[in-house]
Formats: sequence, C-alpha cells, structure tokens
Amino acid sequence: MSIWDFVVAYGPRIADGTLVTIAQFLLATLVAIAVALVMGLGKLSGNWLIRTPAVVYIEIFRGTSLLVQLYWIFFVLPLFGITLDKFTAGFLSVGLNIGAYGAELVRGAIQSVPKGQWEAAYALSMSPAKRMRRIILPQALAIMLPPWGNLLIELLKGTALVSLIAVADLMFQARQINASTFLSAQAFGIALLVYYVLARFLVTPFMRWLERVVARRLGRA
Amino acid sequence: MRFDWNWAFTFEILPRLLAATLNTLAAAGIGYVIAIFLGLALALAQRTPWGMLTFVVREFVEFIRSTPLVLQIFFVFYVGPQFGIRLSPWTAGMIAIGLHYSAYLSEVYRAGIDSVPKGQWEACRAINMSTRDTYLRIVIPQALPPSIAGLGNYLVGIFKDTPMLSVIGVAELMHTANAIGAEHYRFLEPLTMVGVIFLAISLPAAGLVRLFEGWMRRKMGM
Amino acid sequence: MDLSDYPLELPEGQRPMVRFMNVTKRYGSLVVLDKLDLDVAEGEMVTIIGPSGSGKTTVLRMLMTLETVNGGVIYVDGKPLTHMEKRGKLVPADERYLRRMRSSIGMCFQHFNLFPHMTALQNCMEGPVQVLGLSKAEARERSEELLDMVGMIEKKDQHPSRLSGGQQQRVAIARALAMRPKVMLFDEVTSALDPEVIGEVTNVIRRLVAEHNLTMLMVTHQMGFARDISDRVCFFFGGRIEEQGTPDELFGNPQRERTQQFLSAVKEAG
Repeated sequence: MSIWDFVVAYGPRIADGTLVTIAQFLLATLVAIAVALVMGLGKLSGNWLIRTPAVVYIEIFRGTSLLVQLYWIFFVLPLFGITLDKFTAGFLSVGLNIGAYGAELVRGAIQSVPKGQWEAAYALSMSPAKRMRRIILPQALAIMLPPWGNLLIELLKGTALVSLIAVADLMFQARQINASTFLSAQAFGIALLVYYVLARFLVTPFMRWLERVVARRLGRA
Repeated sequence: MRFDWNWAFTFEILPRLLAATLNTLAAAGIGYVIAIFLGLALALAQRTPWGMLTFVVREFVEFIRSTPLVLQIFFVFYVGPQFGIRLSPWTAGMIAIGLHYSAYLSEVYRAGIDSVPKGQWEACRAINMSTRDTYLRIVIPQALPPSIAGLGNYLVGIFKDTPMLSVIGVAELMHTANAIGAEHYRFLEPLTMVGVIFLAISLPAAGLVRLFEGWMRRKMGM
Repeated sequence: MDLSDYPLELPEGQRPMVRFMNVTKRYGSLVVLDKLDLDVAEGEMVTIIGPSGSGKTTVLRMLMTLETVNGGVIYVDGKPLTHMEKRGKLVPADERYLRRMRSSIGMCFQHFNLFPHMTALQNCMEGPVQVLGLSKAEARERSEELLDMVGMIEKKDQHPSRLSGGQQQRVAIARALAMRPKVMLFDEVTSALDPEVIGEVTNVIRRLVAEHNLTMLMVTHQMGFARDISDRVCFFFGGRIEEQGTPDELFGNPQRERTQQFLSAVKEAG
C-alpha cells in the first residue's frame, strides 16, 4: 500500500487520535502551570511547613519516571479511594510530572529578577503578595518563557504514554493500525511526523510569539 | 478503601525486582554509551563544510528530539520485521534509546564546543594544525568540562526513561513490576517499590552529578 | 542598654523627625554601625559623606527597614520604627508594623530600580493605588503633577528602557514622592549617571529642598552639590560620625584629621 493510499484509508483515525493528543496536551499544560506556580513559589517560602512539601513533591516527581507515575495513578490510586477515568488519569499524570520540572523554572526565574526590583517594591511599602504579583512575577515570566518552550515539547512527548492506559490518542491509533495491518513504517512514521509537526510548527512558534508579546510588555521589543 | 500494605508480599517480590533493576541499569548504561559516541558524531557532523550534510543531520536531530521516545521504540522494533529484519526487544530498545539520547547529547556537545573561545581555533590554524588534531587535542578537551553537567543530567534521565522499554517486552523493572502485578492481582506493592527503587537511585545520582560538576569547576579554576 | 531603657515614644518638644538612638549594625563579626546617635530635624537636609565601608549607605537602608538593627532603636516622627510596643514594652517590630511605618519613608536608589514592565506614569501610580488605596484618577493626578515637577511629563507613557539614566532617576524621585513620605532618602542617586546628566537630577533635588519642607537624608560623592544644598553634613568613619556641621564648617574648616584627609583625597580625584 502506498503512502498516499495509507493516508486516505487511515487518515481519519490518525486525525481523531491527534485531536485527543491535543486535548491531553492542553489539559496537561494547565495542570503543569498550576503545579509549577504553587510548588515553585512554595519552595521559595520562608516557612518550612510550606517549603518541605514543595521540595518533597518536586524531588519525587522529578526523581521517578512519568510512566511509573502514570501507572501508579491509574492502577494504585483506586486502592486509596481515588478512581480516575483513564483520560483524566492521563493528563493529570503528565501535568503533575511536568509541573515538577516547571516548578524549578518558576523558582529559578523569580530568583533571577534583579534584587533592586524587590527593594524598590519594598521601599514603596508593598505587601509581599502585591509585590510578587505585580512586580516580580511579570518580570519572572519573561525570564522563564524560553525554557518553558522546551518543557512543553517534553509535555507533548509525555502525552504519548497515555496510550499505554488505553487512551485513544495519536500513538494509540498508530499502534492499533500497526496491529491490524502490520504496516509499521507507515503507521508509526506518520505518527512521528504528526508529533513533529505539532512540536516544531505549532508549539514552538506559539512560544516564540508569546516571548515577543511579553518582551513588548516589558518595553524591550 | 482497600488499602493494606502487605509487607510479606513486598519482601517476596523484592529479589525479582532487584534483579530486574540490574537489567534496567544495564539498559541505561549501554544506551548511554551509544549516545555518548553517536552524540559526538552528530555534533561534529553539524560542523562540516558540506552544507547538505549539516542540514540533514540538524533536521534529523530536531526530529528525534521533538518526537516521543516510546513511539521511536515502537518504530524501531516493528519496522524491522516489516522489511524482514528481526530485532530482539533488547536490540531494538538499545538502538532506539541510544539514538534518542544521542540527539540530546549532541546538543550538549554543540553547546560545549561553541563555548570554546574562537581564539583557540585561530591559534590552531596559525600553527597549521590539522582539523582532526585541532578537535582531538585542543577543542574537545576544552569542550568537556562545561558539558559535564548536561551529560550527567541526561545519564539520570536515560535511567528514568528505561521503563519505556517495557512496552516492547524488555524485562526491565517496570515490565517486571507489571508482570508481578498481573500474576498476583496486586499492583500496590510492585508499583510503589518501583517508585522507591527509582528514587533510591536517581536522587543520589543527581546529587553526585551536582557534586561532580562542582568538583570539575573547582579543578578547572572556575 | 536594654530595650526597656528606651522610651516607647519620644517626648513632646524632643521630637526630631528621625532619631537614631545608640544604633548598632553587625554583619557577622564586622561592625558596620557602632552605637550611632543621629538626629535629623523636620525639614532638615542632611548629607552623609565618607569612605566606602564607613556605614553611610547602611544608615539609609536601616531607615528604609531594608536592614534590621542589632542594637538600639530608630525613631521616626517620635514613634519607634524598628521596634513596636507590646504590653507596655518595646519589642522588635513585626512585618505588619514595619510595613505601616515604612510608608512614611521614601527612597531613591543608585540604580533607579524602576519597574520595567510599566510606563513612567504607571510606575508613579503603583504605590498610591496598590498601597495607599487611592483611586486611579487621584493617583494619576498626583503622579502627573510630580512628573511635571521633575520635568518628565512629556515622557509619562514611555517605558524605562526608552529613558536615559538621568530621566529614569527623575521618574524614580517622582515615584517615591507620590507616596507623600515624611522622610526622603537618596542613596548615591547620581553615582550611576553619566556626568552630563547629573545636573538634571541634582536640579530636581535642589527644587525639592527649596520648595518643600521635606526631611531628607542623602548619601553622595558630589561634594559641591552637597555643600550647596545641605543644612548639615555628617562625615562618617568606621561606623561612627567622625565630624558634623554646617557645609561651610565641615568643608571650609574641617577639624578632625580624618575629615581633612578624606576631603583632600576627594578633591584630588576631581
């Protein structure tokens, strides 16, 4: 079967899978951003009661692999009374994992904001919360965007694992097609290409655009 | 809530899990060695005067880095048989993981080589040193120290990615844990112990990488 | 001296705007300020000069509560700044008290520290709106008035990255004034500026001194400027006031040897 025939025959299934992958990507991204902010700020807290859980969370989720976490959340969590459907378990695991790496990016960026900014906000008698929200975080955002771009690519790649708990994403469809047709090169090759297109021609340009927008807001463009 | 940790069961399965851990470490180790050398080759291939080669290698590296490892593993394992080449899970796994990480390491090497001051290259040209010697004797030795941190981090990373080999049947830690879980209908202990074992190895390893990087910096007088 | 030896409030008639009472500051084993006694009267303009490491910037930073005291008490407008009253006794101030007291002090920094993601106007409005609770309209009116006073009204919608050093520092002064502080601190505000634009900033400060009854403390290397506008000059050495007096007294007729050495060294450097 030629490549063209293959695309015509299985295109719709690939497209369906891709939509699921995109959905997983977007939802996992939201989870990751939330986790990164909470844990990143938490790790910076002066209060050890807040700092310790953040550090523990980050070390555990960075120190074990995503696949192990995925299986754990899907197979073991029910024993603790938390049963998640596979779709939710999927993007939640990916988001929690990537969020741990994101927390380090958030923390690093906040610490990179020049000390003079902290002092100026302090001299205006701003409360710590206002200072963080209005002065520090906007500047930290510009600093952390480039590495977040790379992290989101990792997140996209991570979503492929949810196929292993039978979420019908792009990789799942590719495996199904392979199982029934044995046209491995076409099935997996097309899947690889779609991931590549998503990463290189959607995620990366979007992040670059976001970087430019934020830079302009900082009056740097 | 059916949560009850069975210690007896845990100790019963521990030997099997630890044996599988050795497999995991072997897989990570072999994959890493492949990546170390292939990565360097890919990095150097992007610095040739032949524009076409540079371009092709560059795109190839980008492609590998932007697509999921697990999918690449499937590709390598299943595409062979489609064209008559039978690969064992181990071989396919090693090729895939080695290739994937060689792409990452090539970026580390590139950054390291780029950090060598331009003056070094010019000095070698001035004493008429061959390209081969320039790289081997002057540039690469200076490119290594700044690369150590990146290389070390990816060593920890490759170890954490070995569970993906379980999907094609490589009998590493994840695969074994799943097998135990399926056999005994108990996933709590095997999967948790997998997590514990990973932490027990990756956390100290990451710490060692940081220590090593610090030692390297001090040794190089930075 | 024990904390109980310090008054909870300065008595009427004995209320300088700022009083450092027996203030000590240490960094580890290094003593930066050594039992310092310093008064600044209301409306007075005091300049602090001295070699680096003499503790002059520390005086300002402690007044801004950027640093804590290791000994002694600082009073602002009669009330303790670094300490607060608890059950009739003085105890080290907590963050909430400090934040209340802090808003009566304004500070301008050597490196301006304008917020890069806001325009000049927004920089000035930030404090009044977010901290003082003014409405945006009131804050804008106040800020525009101040920007006009420092000569930056034309550039009110520009971001700091588009402004020169002198322009940024003038905006920074407006920003600090927008909080209507009782005390203004200037920490080497011209040290990071190119010589041609130093005049812009010193002229603004001159105007402030001439037209407003603001209490000010300034650390500077600009001796001529200090001589022109100060009511009093303090020469710091080794964490203590070596000598102080009116500008004519200190610059024209320094009594102490260290003062003479410092002043001649500065003159040589031009």
